[in-house]
Amino acid sequence: MLNYNFDWSVLWRKPYGELLLNGIFTTIHLSLLAWGLALVVGVLVGVFRVLPNRLTRFVGFSYVQLFRNIPLLLQFFIWYFVLPLLLPRPAQIWLYRNVPDLPYLMSVVGLGLYTASRVAEQVRAGLASCPSGLYEAASATGLSTFHAYRYVILPYAVRIIIPPFTAEFLTCFKNSALAMTIGVMETTGASYQIDSLTYHGLETTTAASLVYISITLCVVLFMSWIEKRVWVHGMIGRRS
Amino acid sequence: MDWNVISRNLDFLCGGLFLTFQLAVISMVGGFLLGIILGMGRLSSRKWIFVPTTLYVNLFRSLPLILVIFWFYFLAPFLIGRSLGDFLSVIIAFVAFEAAYFAEIVRGGIQSISKGQMEAGYSVGLRYHQIMLHIVLPQALRNMVPPIVTQCVIIFQDTSLAYVIGLKEFLRRVSITDLREFRSVELYLFAAVVYLFLCSLGAALSSRLERRRSTGAPWFGGRSKGKTLLMAP
Repeated sequence: MLNYNFDWSVLWRKPYGELLLNGIFTTIHLSLLAWGLALVVGVLVGVFRVLPNRLTRFVGFSYVQLFRNIPLLLQFFIWYFVLPLLLPRPAQIWLYRNVPDLPYLMSVVGLGLYTASRVAEQVRAGLASCPSGLYEAASATGLSTFHAYRYVILPYAVRIIIPPFTAEFLTCFKNSALAMTIGVMETTGASYQIDSLTYHGLETTTAASLVYISITLCVVLFMSWIEKRVWVHGMIGRRS
Repeated sequence: MDWNVISRNLDFLCGGLFLTFQLAVISMVGGFLLGIILGMGRLSSRKWIFVPTTLYVNLFRSLPLILVIFWFYFLAPFLIGRSLGDFLSVIIAFVAFEAAYFAEIVRGGIQSISKGQMEAGYSVGLRYHQIMLHIVLPQALRNMVPPIVTQCVIIFQDTSLAYVIGLKEFLRRVSITDLREFRSVELYLFAAVVYLFLCSLGAALSSRLERRRSTGAPWFGGRSKGKTLLMAP
């Protein structure tokens, strides 16, 4: 443990503090935007996978296979380096001229669509774990299909799905760190940048780790509070 | 399009794929062994075992892998005064990181075995480690196999992150080739196909094992009994 002088001031000194703070904000809105996209696409694909229709099931299955079996890092590269080259020339020019922050946009799309494949799997598992008696009971009491879903099945499915969704959001949040490889200055990227300017990698990596740990902790605490609030008596699955 | 760029650089790329496999296998084995110890620690009734292992697992599970790689990259020169080299520091990071995920799989597997097995073992006079070794772990391992295979596929994909500290594994070599040849489309799509093919094999194996496990059929050969895939309501 020699030859290393800790200088924690790199975390708040003039240019670096701002860099790190911006990085934290970027991590937060990047992962929230990607999560929004993942929810929309993922729920759609997840429902596709259980519909009684061969075509939609195949589409859903292919989507999940494609996005889950290619490393996220490579997906980022494809979105950022390859996709613009595949577009026709005018579209390329438009993209480079009019999109102010292409790396950021491509990170949102890449992370969102990747997370969607994981969300889809959770949606499918959640729907499959609803006992079919639930639907039968609902229709026996005279509810229409829509009302059965609205008042009986969805309230049940949503509660089942909350814990895995929390885990998936946290994965999405951690995966946002990969956006640094295509030049988005989020928390990890900022800490790496500060290291290459000051050679104080240990301090910046510690700071970045603390940021991730504390945000994860906040999300976990908040979601377990939500889980307790929406819990209904007689529902299985919640371990105390 | 000029697909010859692949065949021109095939040797170079295959070398990278070999390194990727090396990284993956070492991290799988190392991570799993450490994961068993951590997973059993998380079920311990002794506080001085339970608390540190739980802290370890939760700590690593709340950090992005890329940050863990940086950690060991920066920490080694600080602790031992010199750099460990790219390969070794990445390996340590992978093993330390994946062990946390394996620990959760092991914990789930052991918890899936009913308590009666433990009690039955004690009642015939076996010790804790004997029961674990001869009764609980063999059964638990069977339940753990599908998630372990899934985790191995994830590890295989995760090795691409060694890219960030410049280790010349598959993805890094693809991007080096791209810098030399300016053929992003062909090269990155080729890499995607390679990963897609290899990981799909792993995923298919995992779901096959899962089906076999849930029906109690033998893993290879023989027919599984009955339908198991649940359809929607």
